[in-house]
Amino acid sequence: MNDNMKKKLKLKVSAIKDGTVIDHIPAQYLFKVIAILGLNNIENQITFGTNLESGKLGSKAIIKVSDKFFEDDEINKIALVAPHAKLNIIRDYEVVEKKVVEIPQEIIGIVKCFNPKCITNNEVITTRFRVVNTTPIALRCNYCEKHTVGEQMRMQ
Amino acid sequence: MKRDLISITDYSKEEYLKIMQLAGEFEKNPNQELLQGKVVASLFFEPSTRTRLSFETAISRLGGRIIGIADPGSSSTSKGETLHDTIKMVSNYADLIVMRHPLEGAARYAAEVSSVPVINAGDGANQHPTQTLLDMYSILKTQGSLDNLNIFMVGDLKYGRTVHSLLMAMTEFENPIFNFIAPPELQMPDEYKMFLRDKNIRYFEHREFTDIISEADIIYMTRVQKERFSDPMEYEQVKNVYILRNSMLAKTKPNVKVLHPLPRVNEIHTDVDKNTKAYYFDQARNGVFTREAIISHIMNLK
Repeated sequence: MNDNMKKKLKLKVSAIKDGTVIDHIPAQYLFKVIAILGLNNIENQITFGTNLESGKLGSKAIIKVSDKFFEDDEINKIALVAPHAKLNIIRDYEVVEKKVVEIPQEIIGIVKCFNPKCITNNEVITTRFRVVNTTPIALRCNYCEKHTVGEQMRMQ
Repeated sequence: MKRDLISITDYSKEEYLKIMQLAGEFEKNPNQELLQGKVVASLFFEPSTRTRLSFETAISRLGGRIIGIADPGSSSTSKGETLHDTIKMVSNYADLIVMRHPLEGAARYAAEVSSVPVINAGDGANQHPTQTLLDMYSILKTQGSLDNLNIFMVGDLKYGRTVHSLLMAMTEFENPIFNFIAPPELQMPDEYKMFLRDKNIRYFEHREFTDIISEADIIYMTRVQKERFSDPMEYEQVKNVYILRNSMLAKTKPNVKVLHPLPRVNEIHTDVDKNTKAYYFDQARNGVFTREAIISHIMNLK
């Protein structure tokens, strides 16, 4: 497939002039990513597509946010649900920079602690974890000190 | 900045040693009015008579006043108040909070919410750091050192938080050796064995008591609880395997001491009690001095 065709495929979701395209989001986590980034609370123009075909993910989602450029700390929060997400920074319809997301050292909120006896599952508390391993992902709860690993991970 | 004691790993080796030195001073002179005019909240959201009495004795010997919850059924918690609100309120009244809670992580959370220091007196199966410090004090007192010791841990090594914390703390000292004696269902979890391997510390695992205990300096006994077994048959098979009897101590080293966090059920036969190697009741007594030391340290009184 040549670059032109690739471009056309991307245009399934209309192009933006300036802003950020977040690609390769697993389709089932599209709304999670929207929530994590707080896109439901901003005034910018946003277009998204989901259940798009993807060789890597089977079914992917894509989000385009006009006039929005994320800080690394901000965008890395989505790494837990969309570890393969790719960012294209667009200026004047051209991709000027490409970025990948990285799992941060600390996860605040987002994930539920796996331990049902953890205080965070029994009272309204923002969870906090230290990332002790990335593949498979292992998170150490700041409160009960138990590890939440890989498949056990559930979003808050 | 306020200091709390939530997890045994919150403290450095230097702090362990300072607490033990202070505990030694309190043992010589237990009644010191260092907490005069201070109010300590003793919040037991789950009953634990032994730990509560030990703390309240320590506070009383330091001349402090106690307010608190001893019976969670009669407290505001039973009306649905959140831990957050209870702690907010109590930290307005008291100068220090001692807390036991059935949920894991509750103590760390309370410390975040509270404006006064919090001492964790047990949060579910997670941490019970004052128990570990009194265990270490007992070991130091009976062995003269915390270095070069062969420590046997027996019984429920899977869920027993006291053995996990003691293991972590003892690895701060020179050249420990660990021997684990437990049924297959209740073995030391892999994360602790990995931790020991990473630190190049020797450990050995056994299914039952053998002559190997003749090498022990410390035999740390724990309760094997029936409710820990998924298969009741399994429990029936092992329940009498992990019982220490006086005759088994005949060939052990003269310096060996038998420790147990108490309460015991049947895992240490009563015929051990009169042996000078039995140390569990003295260990409980050491708890008062150690808690006096911890309170004085946290409150910057010593």
